[in-house]
Amino acid sequence: MSLSTPTATARPGMPARSGRMRGLGLLGLGALLVMLCALSITIGSRDVPWSDIAAALSGQVDTVGQAAVSLRIPRTLLALLAGAALGLAGAVMQGVTRNPLADPGILGINTGAALAVVVGVAWFGMSSTDAFVWSATAGAGFTALFVYTIGSMGRGGATPLKLTLAGAATSIAFSSLVIAVVLPRNDIAGGIRSWQIGGVGGATDERILPVLPFLAIGLALSMLSAKRLNALALGDELAAGLGERVAIARAVAALGAVLLCGATTAACGPIGFVGLVVPHLCRLLVGVDHRWLLPFSAAAGACLLILADIVGRIAARPAEIDVGIVTAFVGAPFFIWIVRRQRVREL
Amino acid sequence: MTLAPALTFSNAADRGRRMRRQAALVAFLLALLVAVFVLTLVLGQAYTPPGEVLRVLMGEDVPGASFTVGQLRLPRAVLSVLAGMSFGLSGVAFQTMLRNPLASPDIIGISSGASAAAVFAIVVLSLDGPAVSVFAVCAGLAVALAIYALAFRDGVVGTRLILIGIGVSAMLESFVAYILTQAPEWTLQEALRWLTGSVNSARLDQAVPLALSLLVFGGLLMSRARDLDLLRLGDDTAAALGVNVAWTRVTVIIGAVGMIAMATAVTGPIAFVAFLAGPIAVRIVGPRGSLLLPAALVGAVLVLASDYVGQFLLPSRYPVGVVTGALGAPYLIYLIVRVNRTGRSL
Repeated sequence: MSLSTPTATARPGMPARSGRMRGLGLLGLGALLVMLCALSITIGSRDVPWSDIAAALSGQVDTVGQAAVSLRIPRTLLALLAGAALGLAGAVMQGVTRNPLADPGILGINTGAALAVVVGVAWFGMSSTDAFVWSATAGAGFTALFVYTIGSMGRGGATPLKLTLAGAATSIAFSSLVIAVVLPRNDIAGGIRSWQIGGVGGATDERILPVLPFLAIGLALSMLSAKRLNALALGDELAAGLGERVAIARAVAALGAVLLCGATTAACGPIGFVGLVVPHLCRLLVGVDHRWLLPFSAAAGACLLILADIVGRIAARPAEIDVGIVTAFVGAPFFIWIVRRQRVREL
Repeated sequence: MTLAPALTFSNAADRGRRMRRQAALVAFLLALLVAVFVLTLVLGQAYTPPGEVLRVLMGEDVPGASFTVGQLRLPRAVLSVLAGMSFGLSGVAFQTMLRNPLASPDIIGISSGASAAAVFAIVVLSLDGPAVSVFAVCAGLAVALAIYALAFRDGVVGTRLILIGIGVSAMLESFVAYILTQAPEWTLQEALRWLTGSVNSARLDQAVPLALSLLVFGGLLMSRARDLDLLRLGDDTAAALGVNVAWTRVTVIIGAVGMIAMATAVTGPIAFVAFLAGPIAVRIVGPRGSLLLPAALVGAVLVLASDYVGQFLLPSRYPVGVVTGALGAPYLIYLIVRVNRTGRSL
């Protein structure tokens, strides 16, 4: 029994969804996103009256409340960008590897990006966010290549199981290397924790801006790959038969996903499981067509991460729970559920 | 490093020679352990002559040496040996039982379960001493049970169990991270103990429960050594050879989980020792015969030596878990590469 490819066929018995329904669904998701953004700005560890929120939105920072709200704005923005990027990257990776367990966190790509940043900071004196993004993207790319190479060795190519084990092993390995690199350096900003568990708490405009071009290119590459991912879902041979250049299609889509993960990790540390959960839920909503799945995953990823951030802020008031912890708590049971549901083939 | 030996029949002379060879190798491991142990007592930041060390061990009061050896080096070394043995034994028991080197308690989340419970007991419930250990053992057993139940679907497939264990351990580790963020007065050292394991705050009185657990749980495992060894041939073959498979499994799980949880409650989850000890032991003594004792010795040497390296031989001081983590990580990847390339089952 092999893992049924999530993208291969539409579920029988489900009516084909019309474009209009999907459009409306996307619109609804957009509305939800706007609502969550509003919530994220109004809700926090501190209760702020409406007048202060309005004032802060127009740029005033005179009272403590207004200052708090003005901190929540970049934070919400970062959660939105990171969530969208991770959701999208997860959907692309699941398509590229035809692996229902693919996720930038589980495949070790976020940890690889974090390791690259940490090494850059500790050994090469890197300090600007620009440098963070470049090294994180390089680390993400290298790790993706590494995990895919290991996972596709031997008989049967890159089976989901081999890929997941290779990714999980790499992730465990890299995260213990992160500790080894950071430990002797008390001066590294944020220390070990922020490179082990991702969070959006300390967001500032300076941290977000350098990331934007990377996210934009990653977004463009991913979205342009939607049709090719549909072809890939039919299997390599069939896709090649349909005139698709399989290797190039894979490489372009993977590059898009790597850019998204690298940039996200540079801005907020490794956040896992968003890229796993979101595409699965979206597939239930819109089916397997990547032209719809990708935008849905981006929007839903943003919703999920903002929601997780809000939960993290109010669950343990007045303290905060890092968003990476919240997503692990939501995502890990989901991961287990998928593993249980799949009939995992023995190697 | 396969843990599954081929079922071969050899004549008595061969067998006798093999057992003598194995006994010699185990003796060698024991000698190595004693040598490293003595080294860590004699040579630290400063050199203490063996005669003085001996006098301290006899309970005499030697100016200077009583503190460095008696208070600093001895508790550390004793704790390292006991914890290393516990991790090694527990790891190899799991790997043998599930016939998979990746199925060690530190990868499938049992260590993180014990660690999470210990941190919770210490930080949130303000417990200490034996209560923490009891908590850790219960949590370790609960996690083992949960993973087993979640992985059960027409029987337990090793790979599914490992994947589920990885998921469970991701969750438990973020729980540990969360509790650590809630305890701002904690030092980095303390946090590191629960993230990677460390013997930096060793006290001699912590060794007593560990020694007891080795005696009880280790004895339980040792009493099942032969059955466990036969389990490597597969459940059906073992059953045909007269092994009560279910009963062996239950005893081994209780023994292995109890031991690793007790050790984790004291030193934290020292990274990868449980995972590494078994495969290294196979390399040294060969795949036949029981691996329990060799793996225990290898685990002890690993922790003791890694702690020494982390303290004195690296440019800055690392807790032992960081050293074993850096050792184990590449090996983990190598293992996956090898398994994938040869296409054999894990």
